Amino acid sequence: MANFSKSQVPQFSVEVYQNEFLPEGGREVNAIVTVTSTGGGTTGGIPLADAAPAYGAGQGPGAAVVLMVDCSGSMDYPPTKMRNARDATAAAIDTLREGTQFAVVAGTHVAKDVYPGNGRLAVADARTKAQAKEALRKLSAGGGTAIGTWLRLADRLLNSADVSIRHGILLTDGRNEHESPEDLRAALDSCAGRFTCDARGVGTDWEVKEVTGIAAALLGTADIVADPAGLAADFTHMMENAMGKEVADVALRLWTPVGVEIRFVKQVAPTVADLTARRTEANARAGDYPTGSWGDESRDYHVCVLVPEAGIGQEMLAARVSLILPDPSGAGTPQTLSQGLVRAVWTDDMVASTSINPQVAHYTGQAELAQVIQQGLDARKSGDFDGATAKLGRAVQLASASGNQDTAKLLSKVVDVVDAATGTVRLKAKVAEADEMTLETRSTKTVRVKK
Amino acid sequence: MKMSQSHQQPALSKCPGCAEPPAAGDLFCGACGYDLSAVPGRPGDRPTMAITVPPAASGSEAVRWPAAAETDSSDVPAPVHRPSDLPGTDSGGRPLAEQVQQREQAQEPSAAAGQGAPVGPGPEPVGGPESSAVPVRHDDRAVPGGAEHSGDFALAAPDPRTAEHAAAAAAPAAGGKVCVACRSGRVDPDGYCENCGHAQPRERDHMEQELGSVAAVSDRGLRHHRNEDSFAVSSTALPDGSPAVVAIVCDGVSSASRPDEASAAAASAANESLLESLPRGTHPQQAMHEAIVAASEAVNALAQEPAGAMEHDAHRHQNAPACTLVGAVMAGELLIVGWVGDSRVYWVPEDRSRPTARLTEDDSWAAQMVAAGLMNEAEAYADERAHAITGWLGADAYELEPHTAAFKPDRPGLVVVCTDGLWNYAESAEEMAAAVPADAQEHPLRGAQVLVGHALDGGGHDNVTVALLPFAVRPQGAGSACETV
Repeated sequence: MANFSKSQVPQFSVEVYQNEFLPEGGREVNAIVTVTSTGGGTTGGIPLADAAPAYGAGQGPGAAVVLMVDCSGSMDYPPTKMRNARDATAAAIDTLREGTQFAVVAGTHVAKDVYPGNGRLAVADARTKAQAKEALRKLSAGGGTAIGTWLRLADRLLNSADVSIRHGILLTDGRNEHESPEDLRAALDSCAGRFTCDARGVGTDWEVKEVTGIAAALLGTADIVADPAGLAADFTHMMENAMGKEVADVALRLWTPVGVEIRFVKQVAPTVADLTARRTEANARAGDYPTGSWGDESRDYHVCVLVPEAGIGQEMLAARVSLILPDPSGAGTPQTLSQGLVRAVWTDDMVASTSINPQVAHYTGQAELAQVIQQGLDARKSGDFDGATAKLGRAVQLASASGNQDTAKLLSKVVDVVDAATGTVRLKAKVAEADEMTLETRSTKTVRVKK
Repeated sequence: MKMSQSHQQPALSKCPGCAEPPAAGDLFCGACGYDLSAVPGRPGDRPTMAITVPPAASGSEAVRWPAAAETDSSDVPAPVHRPSDLPGTDSGGRPLAEQVQQREQAQEPSAAAGQGAPVGPGPEPVGGPESSAVPVRHDDRAVPGGAEHSGDFALAAPDPRTAEHAAAAAAPAAGGKVCVACRSGRVDPDGYCENCGHAQPRERDHMEQELGSVAAVSDRGLRHHRNEDSFAVSSTALPDGSPAVVAIVCDGVSSASRPDEASAAAASAANESLLESLPRGTHPQQAMHEAIVAASEAVNALAQEPAGAMEHDAHRHQNAPACTLVGAVMAGELLIVGWVGDSRVYWVPEDRSRPTARLTEDDSWAAQMVAAGLMNEAEAYADERAHAITGWLGADAYELEPHTAAFKPDRPGLVVVCTDGLWNYAESAEEMAAAVPADAQEHPLRGAQVLVGHALDGGGHDNVTVALLPFAVRPQGAGSACETV
């Protein structure tokens, strides 16, 4: 039965990697903040008072998942695509933890909840899972694509449940053709912070920036499933990941003293995501950046601030980074899970002030890698082959120097590498569309520093 | 006459840094190290008005003084003093001779020099309303709650290094400590200001100790963010009952990790070793040798401990903690010195017409060059490698070579034990003797304070630590002031 003595909420630890030494007149302070959450109930940690409602029997935190499956007409070409999507969704349903609330949405130019179909969520057990899979068989392809409507329905369904973790899984095979980009943008804005969502593009007829945009706005992952046969494994993996989430709505709070300017705040591992513009002011000196929900995992953030100049020998706190959990009632003070300090110390020791912290250097390179891949592919699409060669050459150089094997492998399908160390490459004359889309979708994936 | 002097010369009834009442003639606050000699400047852009408060108006609604702080920074009830309550006392707590006071007042302005001396922690200056009988000057800045101006000195200007103190007047600061930099933010538990983020002075930024006939002062200086020097002074008795006095000074090697911990460990280990071996009758020179070995072991042991969890500073990780050590022991008629590294001992005879001397030979690149006859002293010390040390305490030292020497002074004098933070500004024995105040033999603490002030006036590029041991040929001639503790 329920084990109330164990905390189900993970423990967070924050570590700061930086070179705090600045030369005279130095203002820019860079730090890599590594946030690690360790599974609740296993570390003998301190329970978070009032943060988590008492969970039902053997359920872990209350979770709700909505699966959004593209049922537009293009899903029938080839017919295996629809069948694979059905199978993948069924596999995902099998992975649902007992007690999790769920629904399946069939998406076309309109959204329809095909299971349970009463505008509510079903509670996962053997019977409801079987019913859901039965309902999947009735799915057929036909109609257009308006992803914004799918997201809005998912939002309505997820927020009808009193749970702490709300997650969506979205599968599409085509462009969002039956609503304006503004409609999708508005839907994403209204859903942001209300649930998290992983997005997958199947085949090669979808728009990379649409899918990655959905995942970025809703703090989930984006990926390509070029071969529909791989869908089931990917869906199972995604659902396991979602089931592993134990705490939602965690925010990265950045406190900075008077006169300090924030250059940027980026997630840099496992993927690059710029959070700078997503700040919400918490108080006069602090702002919150959303990080979504956390299970057992570790993420790295790059914080860059400009401090006011100070004399040699001075020391100041440039920023205080904390992980906070909003009060569930929305009224009380948020709970601070863990924190780290970013410091600035002015010194006339040139050796100290000119060295770059290896973590900062590494992630600066990884962020540039993601950027030059994007720029290189854009240049290639627009016919600027010289620009594309230069940018992708730089990408090859960065990927090889940082040991980012996965990205290097993807790059080698788009360019012929003459010399990785100098970044000398030739564009391949013929590139499979799936390879180019895979590279673009996964360009933000980073590797961590070799310890 | 005294009154008029107190107008020109800010006779502080309380330290502006921490509200501790200073002894008359102190150049630095004994509690927090605030540079009392620096006449606080007023912010130039704010109107200052002179007002005269009639004695009767004191305490009435004409001037509503907030209640004085009840405790100082160490939670000790803050005493309230009238200026006349504070008799001039010397560093030994004895009444001050009239001519000493006059000389002090003549000296103080020259020592001011506007240096940004370390600023002590604690609330705003607290002063008694009693002194409002004299003309007082206020600038128009709002006073944080729980603090008030003393009537007879101008409020210290906000630290000029502060980037922004526009909001300075805003936050009231009842309760917790107020930031010394912006004077408006509270200090958080990590030791940083909640408003401007500036690090607050730490205990080690300025340390003073006086013990019988030995005194030591250590200061962060003006260019380093923490004090990596350390010292230990103590006294004990030899088996025959005669007193023995010990002073140890250590300088952490900045390029190593945790130099502050290294110097503290070395100073305390050497001191403890001497306190253990001297009363047993070990020859003082042998005892000094053993003390250096003990200090070395203490520093080596630090290398095995992991650094703090928050410290991930790769380029400092590779070096084991390290420091220099210099020590002096006065035992009977013997003066023993011992050292590793480039911290020094100088001998300054009481009779300044007699020759002064440096008693140590640096383990440094410059000293080796000079010793090998490859360069003269001026050339060697002008070289950028001059300060590279060739001997130190630490796990990565090549081979520990403790140097010791014994002297039998035939006349009274002063033993100056110091780090390069001081001798950089008084390298030769003659320069050091010139920097030592004439009365340092009687008032070693004040002498040490003046020497630290000398280094700060010179630029304070490094941490400064100095210990003074007045050496008396006839024990009873050591200056009665020093015997009262």
